[in-house]
Amino acid sequence: MVHFSAEEKAAITGLWGKVHVEEAGGEALGRLLVVYPWTQRFFDNFGNLSSASAIMGNPKVKAHGKKVLTSFGEAIKNMDNLKGSLAKLSELHCDKLHVDPENFRLLGNVLVIILASHFGKEFTPEVQAAWQKLVAGVATALAHKYH
Amino acid sequence: MALSAADRAAVRALWRKLGSNVGIYTTEALERTFASFPATKTYFPHFDLSPGSAQVKAHGKKVADALTLAVAHLDDLPGALSALSDLHALQLRVDPVNFKFLGHCLLVTLARHYPGDFGPAMHASLDKFLSHVSAALASSYRWTPGGVAGPQPPLPRAPESQ
Repeated sequence: MVHFSAEEKAAITGLWGKVHVEEAGGEALGRLLVVYPWTQRFFDNFGNLSSASAIMGNPKVKAHGKKVLTSFGEAIKNMDNLKGSLAKLSELHCDKLHVDPENFRLLGNVLVIILASHFGKEFTPEVQAAWQKLVAGVATALAHKYH
Repeated sequence: MALSAADRAAVRALWRKLGSNVGIYTTEALERTFASFPATKTYFPHFDLSPGSAQVKAHGKKVADALTLAVAHLDDLPGALSALSDLHALQLRVDPVNFKFLGHCLLVTLARHYPGDFGPAMHASLDKFLSHVSAALASSYRWTPGGVAGPQPPLPRAPESQ
């Protein structure tokens, strides 16, 4: 089980409080689809994904990004029990959505990059390290129920 | 996933903008790599890894020079990086997974310092460039019996069915 120190929790929740979830969610999912185009395989019904600007402006991408990041926020409230709190979502991603867990790692790293660009100086190596631990924990928890 | 003309233009443009500061960012990328991916420190037991370390700074400069060389040879990364690949494969023996960690932390560093230049398209081009660099660095890693460039022995044939 992942254990977060008090400093790590502070680094995570301190930043999260300032994140605009709707905007950041759309940006994270959008960048995932732009930088790793094969991830578009899950979104055939999302309409126009033909260019970077089409993807970033796509309303379905923004809506879904918001949904994903909102779930992420819930996970942050349960940092001490990521596997438990993400169990249902893990089953969903395996049984219904058939998403390769590698995609969770890719999205986690894209999120870290977005936080760096939004928070600049505040995103120190130590803050980044706490976030890398979190995104890795979330990815592992989301993969935990796979069979 | 070959580098398109647009990818190359984007990478060259950013590198021109970074100018003589590349070493500052590669050093920060190294610091971030050691902080976020502690296993990477196992390759540097002989280094002082505390903040501001002169050794890390010197190593950052080496990485910067190598990346600048890569940017100058985008049309032939394997060729340009072949000596560095031999070094990493045969002497340093760094597991290639670590190239991805450093690449990611370099993207984090550039996003942190140049958010206005780090749109999705630039992000994609840089990510592609760094994965090509990683692949070129990893290209010397497997050796064949008889030497690094020796011929492969024939694969054993499956027994003929009766």
